[in-house]
Amino acid sequence: MSTDTGTPFGGAEDIERKRTIGRVFVAVCFASTLVGIVALVALVADVLYESWGWITWEFLTYPPSQSVENYLPGGRGAGMYPAIVGSVFLIALTAVFTIFLGVGAAVYLEEYAPESRLKSFIEANIANLAGVPSIVYGLLGLAIFVRAFQLGSSLIAGALTLTLLILPIVIVSTQEALRAVPDSQRQAAYGVGATQWQVIRDVVLPRALPGIMTGTILSLSRAIGETAPILMVGAATSLFVAPDGLRSPFSAMPMTIFEWATLPEAEFQHIAAAGIVVLLTILLAMNAVAIFIRNRYDPRS
Amino acid sequence: MTSGGSELADRKNAAIRYVFFSCALVTVLTTLAIILVLVQGSVEFFRHVSIVEYVTGTEWSPVIRPQSYGVLPLIWGTLLITVGSAAIAIPVGTATAIYLSEYADPQVRKTIKPTLEILAGIPTIVYGFFALSLITPIIQLFFPETGTFNAAAGAIVVGIMIIPMVSSLSEDAMSAVPDDLRNAAYGLGATKFEVSTSVVFPASLSGVIAAYILALSRAIGETMAVTLAAGMHPQITGNPLEPIQTMTAYMVQIGISDVSVGSIGYQSLFAVGLTLFAMTLTMNLFSMWVRSRYREEYQ
Repeated sequence: MSTDTGTPFGGAEDIERKRTIGRVFVAVCFASTLVGIVALVALVADVLYESWGWITWEFLTYPPSQSVENYLPGGRGAGMYPAIVGSVFLIALTAVFTIFLGVGAAVYLEEYAPESRLKSFIEANIANLAGVPSIVYGLLGLAIFVRAFQLGSSLIAGALTLTLLILPIVIVSTQEALRAVPDSQRQAAYGVGATQWQVIRDVVLPRALPGIMTGTILSLSRAIGETAPILMVGAATSLFVAPDGLRSPFSAMPMTIFEWATLPEAEFQHIAAAGIVVLLTILLAMNAVAIFIRNRYDPRS
Repeated sequence: MTSGGSELADRKNAAIRYVFFSCALVTVLTTLAIILVLVQGSVEFFRHVSIVEYVTGTEWSPVIRPQSYGVLPLIWGTLLITVGSAAIAIPVGTATAIYLSEYADPQVRKTIKPTLEILAGIPTIVYGFFALSLITPIIQLFFPETGTFNAAAGAIVVGIMIIPMVSSLSEDAMSAVPDDLRNAAYGLGATKFEVSTSVVFPASLSGVIAAYILALSRAIGETMAVTLAAGMHPQITGNPLEPIQTMTAYMVQIGISDVSVGSIGYQSLFAVGLTLFAMTLTMNLFSMWVRSRYREEYQ
């Protein structure tokens, strides 16, 4: 018992060797951690480097063009204006549908549904939906919204498809926000005679709002970068006019970037990179807003 | 019971309840619709193409004559990307998780974890561009015969993309291992290396494996990055420097072309989609099962 040679972790004679193994192990683990960070830095640096000099005011305000000269300074001006407007409309519509359906479903699951088989079935189903590849949602949108509902390859078909795609994430984050509202507040409201709907409307939802907004904005920032679902729904790779109605054909930033990235001329690589910088800037802004709301209003932080 | 009392208020509350219930029902309907759409489209497809040919054929040529519809080259392409990305993400992600959970001080962890998670939030089209503009040229430095589109670049960017899935979920599982276990091992004379690898890692294994499976499932369904990086050339090859086509990339190829509704090309979308859906669903269910079946309960 007094010597440590009988322990499962060996004796003291090889303590030097163990120290070396320990040091090598930490070094390997630390180096692995750096792999992800270095990849992130390389990706951002690569995109910025390739786009350098190609992001002009015209790039943000003109429709795309087939010829490279139009993108250059002194050209007639070309860019991704219809795609930017398309993406903004798409996300605004998606936000409306998602907030209604996502918050509604989460309120049902957290506030109304009793602990039952039905509730656990719905929750397991939501967890599964979150793991369905986004291109499969694209097929769903194509068969249901574009064909069966005869909406065509329109803005609204794209928005409904993206809504179904991010709904599981919105529901789960909203549930967390609702769960964070202390039960004592609900009980207090019931105590003064409020009905369940009044408790939800006047007590629970206002308290949970910052959490709901944070989760929803983060999900929408995922939707704005999605290519595969809207591609299957039939979003145009490049359009020369911005969409002007729910039923009008549309393009979106990721679609235009995809088109540019596949063109053979080397200059289009720079133009694609410029498009990526615009997309990532919008993503970054959305994330910053979400984090700001969380830090500013979340009672837990 | 209700203090409002009136029948009208009761009815209003019941109606509101049904509105919320219908919102939750949308998620169930979504699942049903996905299955219905995929199965219906596949049934149409298999009226023209025999299932045996689809499952065992080694030639995928749905557009160019003579047409043939053997899905194995697409599945092979998907597996090549999945295995390649796993070979990167699993060791790197696991080591990252061990570092963050066992070695890094809390302040460092609080900075690095969200930084790595940015990788998961970058749109996949950006990874596709990254592969074309930086990863493939680097591969070409070492292997000059590599073409613009190659499986290796696709596997590398997908691997980078899923690192945070492996590292974050594994780190959660490792941090959940109670300190009592660590202290008990230290009391027996274990070094920090032995505690990390022989105590914490095995104790968190169910969570770690669930994370691996989820990450692999994500790699299988990955679309835009592999379409841009790995190409549109369905073939069964062991050489990662050659172009391939994944199931998802095939769906993109049909999606951007003008294939008329009712044609075999259009129907093949649903057969391939069903194959993809079945694979990811199996893995997601398996991941959930592993986590619940082998969960270590600590008090």
